[in-house]
Amino acid sequence: MKLFEYRAKAVLMKHGIPVPEGFVVTSSDQIRRIAGPSMVKAQVLIGGRGKAGGIKPADNVEEAKKAAAAIIGMNIRGFIAKEALIERKLEVAKELYLGITIDRSRRCFLLMASPDGGIDIESVPEDRILMLPIDPLIGFQPFMSRRVATFMGLPKEQQAELVRICERLVQLAIHEDAELAEINPLVVTKDGRLVAGDAKITIDSDALFRHPEFEKFEEDMTPLEAKARQLDIAFVQLDGNIGVIANGAGLTMATLDSINMFGGKAGVFLDLGGTDDPEKVKQAMLLMKEANPKVILLNIFGGITKCDTVAKGVLEAMDTEKSTTPIVARIKGVNAEIAREMLKNAGMLPASGLSEAAELASKESMR
Amino acid sequence: MIRMAVIVDAKTRVVVQGITGYQGQFHSQAMMEFGTQVVAGTSPGKGGQEVNGIPVFETVIEAVKEGRANTSCIFVPAPFCKDAALEAIDAGMKTIVIITERLPVNDAIHVVSVARAKGITVIGPNCPGIASPGKAKVGILPSKIFKQGDVGVVSKSGTLTYEIVNAITESGHGQSTCVGIGGDRVSGTDFIDILELFERDKQTKKIVLVGEIGGTAEEEAAAYIESKVKKPVVAYIAGRTAPPGKRMGHAGAIIARGRGTAESKIMALEGAGVQVAKLPTDVPRLLGEL
Repeated sequence: MKLFEYRAKAVLMKHGIPVPEGFVVTSSDQIRRIAGPSMVKAQVLIGGRGKAGGIKPADNVEEAKKAAAAIIGMNIRGFIAKEALIERKLEVAKELYLGITIDRSRRCFLLMASPDGGIDIESVPEDRILMLPIDPLIGFQPFMSRRVATFMGLPKEQQAELVRICERLVQLAIHEDAELAEINPLVVTKDGRLVAGDAKITIDSDALFRHPEFEKFEEDMTPLEAKARQLDIAFVQLDGNIGVIANGAGLTMATLDSINMFGGKAGVFLDLGGTDDPEKVKQAMLLMKEANPKVILLNIFGGITKCDTVAKGVLEAMDTEKSTTPIVARIKGVNAEIAREMLKNAGMLPASGLSEAAELASKESMR
Repeated sequence: MIRMAVIVDAKTRVVVQGITGYQGQFHSQAMMEFGTQVVAGTSPGKGGQEVNGIPVFETVIEAVKEGRANTSCIFVPAPFCKDAALEAIDAGMKTIVIITERLPVNDAIHVVSVARAKGITVIGPNCPGIASPGKAKVGILPSKIFKQGDVGVVSKSGTLTYEIVNAITESGHGQSTCVGIGGDRVSGTDFIDILELFERDKQTKKIVLVGEIGGTAEEEAAAYIESKVKKPVVAYIAGRTAPPGKRMGHAGAIIARGRGTAESKIMALEGAGVQVAKLPTDVPRLLGEL
């Protein structure tokens, strides 16, 4: 779960990493005073807001109000800014990069540091980025911070501060279950302080059970995706017109790909996961209908999720909401015969194999 | 670090952690029917009970003392899974299969690093487990789809693996061992660990690798195949049509910042001489053509 900049900065502050003074507003008339020259920043969960006009300078209250009025409600690459962060402007001497993420191959956290901050780290040449895997059995040690400090090429007095920030960032990632925590830029001010200019933090959504404080935060999801999240269903909206329901992430993806091979295009990815609850299947079907696909493709390989459980849920959903959307059903595995019998009179288009089902759904979608 | 040739065999003695839950009950029975020795279960607060005739203990160490368990299969919910896995490591299990899904990545890092340092095999988390037809099964793979044979299957997926294994069986081939390594970002065992075992295993003549978008494990596997694997490999990669930036069900199945695309994986595998199937149902045909 991605955090808005101001939330991310609150987390940095909690862990003792300096951030600029600032406050958040949802409307320009909430601005009473500002602490000198400031920046007004759109709060959106997407990069490139500066170029899109989502960051504006303000020297006084009037300018800040004007900037906030322009920014709140602004559409930045498909995301509406609902809040603006008004922050004291930093006197920038130098911009660094500091981030921590998951190194999947090495199975550990990875600290990344670069003296070239303020731009997308992807565009920084490799030899200008220090990648420091943190072996969990070794832990983050002072020698690692020293490597970062040396690499950054800072004067001595700032090195000590950088070492402190590195240690705190690693602590933050571990304690808050952050899968990404990025300070870019980490600003060296003209008076020699180190301050987080911008911050991106993503909390591991699988760890939210031990971080109830983050639960209420908003995410970059469509309303239907948010609803699916409540139901604990993996649901992604795409730009085609075939709604795919399958059980298991790999199978659902493979179903999407198979449709594509036959010229169709998926509009919804819905992974039921492992469930033995007909109610969950029913909710998933109703959610799918809300997404309004032209065709629904149901592909079940029964195991933990038994085929008759799925059939029961599907029938309940059809009873709840009458619909003329054609459903292609491919049902295999545990209790498949029972399920096929249950669905016999439900007016579905049966298919025996995955490829056949994908072909049939694609044809239906082009009618 | 993996020591045994195919990880599970007739010497495998399983303790099911979380045996009193629905999944634990159902799958401990299914494992026994497959021929696995399930010697004990654990469930805090329920020690002294029995499930499917299997004694239930409070702790894993009792399962070792009473049942000489050497392998654990973990079903406990994510918030308690790290403790369960570390308990299994501490009790001296040689192999630990973690079925539990949605384990925080921080916990996975902790468990996997300790296990690897101690030379213990962890499969998963968020995986269907491992099955060697005619020998043993530890996990939740449906028994009915398997047939003893010479194809080694390694996969990040669950049901997609069943789909492909079933297609392999229906086409007249069989499996030596099938390992579902899981689709999370941090897994105890990766493609390379299993490829190494398949290459050494006498029963395995052909290999099927099932990958999906996200990370670079398939690219690393391709490099390994090119230099170390002489047996023929057929692959399928799921997620060719997945959009970037969206988590496709599995925690690890996400194209992030342009990395982890299906194209990159397919290109790397084809470059290593691997036959990559366009549809999952094409896998048996490609196996037949080898």
